[in-house]
Amino acid sequence: MSKTTMTRRGVLKSGAVAGAGVALPTIFTASSAAAYTNEPTGGSVTLGFNVPQTGPYADEGADELRAYELAVEHLNGGGDGGMMNTFSSKALQGNGILGKKVEFVTGDTQTKSDAARASAKSMIEKDGAVMITGGSSSGVAVAVQALCQEAGVIFMAGLTHSNDTTGKDKRANGFRHFFNSYMSGAALAPILANNYGTDRKAYHLTADYNWGYTTEEAVRTSTEALGWETVAAVKTPLTQTDFSSYIAPVLQSGADVLVLNHYGGNMVNSLTNAVQFGLRDKLVNNKNFEIVVPLYSRLMAKGAGANVKGIYGSTNWHWSLQDEGSKAFVKSFGTKYGFPPSQAAHTCYVQAMLYADACERAGTFNPCGVAEALEGFEFDGMGNGKTLYRAEDHQCFKDVLVVRGKENPTSEFDLLEIVEVTPTAQVTYDPAIFGGELGTCNPGA
Amino acid sequence: MDAIILQILNGLDKGSAYALIALGLTLIFGTLGVVNFAHGALFMIGAFCAVTLSKILNLSFETIDPNKTDFLGNPLKVKTPYVESWFGPETGAALIDWSVPLAILFSIPIMLLVGVIMERGLIKHFYKREHADQILVTFGLAIVLQEIIKYYFGANPIPTPAPDAFKGSFDFGAAIGFDPNTIIYPYWRLVYFMFSVVIIGGVFAFLQFTTFGMVVRAGMADRETVGLLGIDIDKRFTIMFGLAAAVAGLAGVMYTPINSPNYHMGMDFLVLSFVVVVVGGMGSLPGAVLAGFLLGILESFASMREVIDLIPGINQIIIYLVAIIILLTRPRGLMGRKGVMEE
Repeated sequence: MSKTTMTRRGVLKSGAVAGAGVALPTIFTASSAAAYTNEPTGGSVTLGFNVPQTGPYADEGADELRAYELAVEHLNGGGDGGMMNTFSSKALQGNGILGKKVEFVTGDTQTKSDAARASAKSMIEKDGAVMITGGSSSGVAVAVQALCQEAGVIFMAGLTHSNDTTGKDKRANGFRHFFNSYMSGAALAPILANNYGTDRKAYHLTADYNWGYTTEEAVRTSTEALGWETVAAVKTPLTQTDFSSYIAPVLQSGADVLVLNHYGGNMVNSLTNAVQFGLRDKLVNNKNFEIVVPLYSRLMAKGAGANVKGIYGSTNWHWSLQDEGSKAFVKSFGTKYGFPPSQAAHTCYVQAMLYADACERAGTFNPCGVAEALEGFEFDGMGNGKTLYRAEDHQCFKDVLVVRGKENPTSEFDLLEIVEVTPTAQVTYDPAIFGGELGTCNPGA
Repeated sequence: MDAIILQILNGLDKGSAYALIALGLTLIFGTLGVVNFAHGALFMIGAFCAVTLSKILNLSFETIDPNKTDFLGNPLKVKTPYVESWFGPETGAALIDWSVPLAILFSIPIMLLVGVIMERGLIKHFYKREHADQILVTFGLAIVLQEIIKYYFGANPIPTPAPDAFKGSFDFGAAIGFDPNTIIYPYWRLVYFMFSVVIIGGVFAFLQFTTFGMVVRAGMADRETVGLLGIDIDKRFTIMFGLAAAVAGLAGVMYTPINSPNYHMGMDFLVLSFVVVVVGGMGSLPGAVLAGFLLGILESFASMREVIDLIPGINQIIIYLVAIIILLTRPRGLMGRKGVMEE
C-alpha cells in the first residue's frame, strides 16, 4: 500500500503548473487576436465620431457629422466619391478600409471635456471604435487626445485652433488637420498692415481660456513685429454675453483697432456689441477705427449677421475655393444636404479620408502603423493645396485663408470673401517653440 | 470722469435687463410663493417671439434669376418677401426693418398665454410643495423649453437687428461738454433703458393705483384673509403670473438687437437674476429693481481695465461678492421683509 504525501509546497507547484497550462493557450490566443486596441476581426471597422450634438456648438457639430457620414459613404463606394477623386494618394478604392466596410458610432462631446472623454471612452470600450475624431473646441480636443493616447487608438482632431493641441499638449496618437492660432496671426498680420497701415494701436479683448490666450499672443506678436502697438489686452469671461462694459472704454484708450479674440457665441456677441457702439464709424488718430476677428467661422458669421461686413479674419477653408478638391467636396456635400459645407465639415471630412488612406498605405489599423503612415505625409487635392502632416508635431501645414465679411452677400451662405491665400511657408514655424513632447505611439491592448 | 459716466450708463443698461427679469421673478414669488427657475426661459421665449415675427415677415417666394448661379452652379433662386410683394417694396422693407418693435405687440398675448398655461398646467400643482421641489420642476421646465427652441431654431445665435433708425451711437460726451468720442452710447441701448423704465413704472402703477393691484397687494400680504373676504385671489395670482411672463417676454423682445438671441440666453440671465432678487430682498418689488440697477452698475465698473489690473478676476465674481457681503450684513437683502422664506 502506497502512501501519498501532499505537501503545501507541492500543491502550490502543481497548481502553478496546471494554471499556466490552462492559461497558456488563452494568453497566446489573446495576444494574437488583439495586437492593438479594437483590432477589427470581422468584415467591418468602426470609427467613432465625437462631435457636439448638444450645447452651444451643436450646429457646428451637426455639420461635422454630415461630413463624416458623407466620408463613410464615399469610403464604402457610395455617392460620387467626393474628394477621393481629387486626393493625390490613390490608395483608397471605395471598398471600405482595407476591404472592411466602414461603420460608425457617434458620441456627444457637449463641448465639455469630461463629457467628451466619457463619450470617447464609451465608443472605444463598448463599441470597439478603432479611431476617434471630431470636436469643436481645443479644450475638448486636448482632453480626448490624451484619452486616445492612453487607450491606444488614433485621434484625428476636428475643429481645434489652439496652439497647444499640437504644441505643449501634443500626443503621438493625435493628429490635427485644422490650422492654429500661430498661423492665423502670421497670415493676418501682413494683410492688416497692408490695409490699415503699420502705425496702429490695437486693443485686444480676449476670451479667458487657453484658446483665447494663444490667439491673442499670436496676433500680438505678428502685428507688433510689423509696427503695431498693443495699448491694452483685457480678458473677458467665457460666460460673458453682454460685452458693452468691455467695449465702451476702447475709444478712451486711444486705440484705433479692436481685436476680438473670441469664438462662437462670444464672437457673435462681442462683434455685435462693438458694431452697435458705432466703433467702425469713428475716426481715431485720424484713421478709421477697425475691428479684427482672428478666427472666422461661417456659422458664427451667420449669427453676427450684417455686422461682419468688411471685417478681416482667417479661416481654414471656405466653400468658394475653386481648386478641384474643394469643388468636388462642395458638390458632394451640397447635393446631399442642400447647402455648402462649413470649414468644420471640411476638416472633419478630410481627417476621415486621411485616416482611411493612412490605414490603406500602412496595411493595418494598428495605430502605430497608421501614425507612421501619416507622419511626414505630403498630399494634395483636399482643398488646401499641397499639405504636409509634419512628423515632429502631427500638425498639418498648408495655405491659410485670410477672409473679409462680404459687403453684398448673395445668399445666407455667401458671408465671407477670400482676400488672400497665404502660402504655407509664411505660416510655418519651428515645432520646438511651443514645447511639449509627442512621446511614443501607444497601440494599446 | 468720462469713464465713470460711461460705466454708469452701461450699468443702467445692464441693470435694465436684470431689473425686468427680477421684477417678474419677485412678482411670482411674492404672489404665488413659487421660486420660478423657468423665468429665464420666459425671457428667452420673448426673444424668440421677435425672431419668429422676423421670420414670418421674411417669408418669401422664389423666382429664378437665369443670369446668376448658386454655389452648385444651378440658376440662382432669388427670394422676395411676401410683404414686399403685397404692400410694395418700401412698405414691406419698413415692416421687416421694424420687426423688433412690432414684436412687442406680437409677444404680449403670446407671453400672457404661455404664462397662464405654465401656471395652470404645471406650477399650481407645486404651490404647497417644498421650495426645493419647485426649483427642481421649474428648472426642468426651463431645460425642456430651451431644448424645444433649439430643436426649431438651432443652436446658433440668430441676428435680429434694431430698425435702421436706431443704428449707431449717440455721442453723449460731446452733448455734455466732453471731448467727442469719449462717451458714446448705442441708440438702441438707450431705448432699452427707457423702455425698461416705462415697463417698471407701469407695473408699479398697476399694482399701486388699480383695484386689481390693491387686491393683489393685499393677497401678497395676507392671502388667507383676502380669501375669507370672498375674493378669488388664485385667479388674480394666475393673471399676475401671466403679467410676470409678459414682462420677462418684453425684456427678451427688446434685448434681441443687443445680442443675437440663442436658446441658452435665458439660462445666462437666470442665475444673475436670482442673485438680484436675493440681494434686493425676497418678495420686494422695489428691492428687485434697485438691486438690478445696482448690480448692473457694479458689474460694469468691475469690467474696467484699471479695476481688473488692480484685482484680477474681479469682473467674474463681483456680483456674487456683493451678494455675500449684503447677505452677511443685511440677511433679508436690501429691502426684504421679515417672514419671507423664513418659516
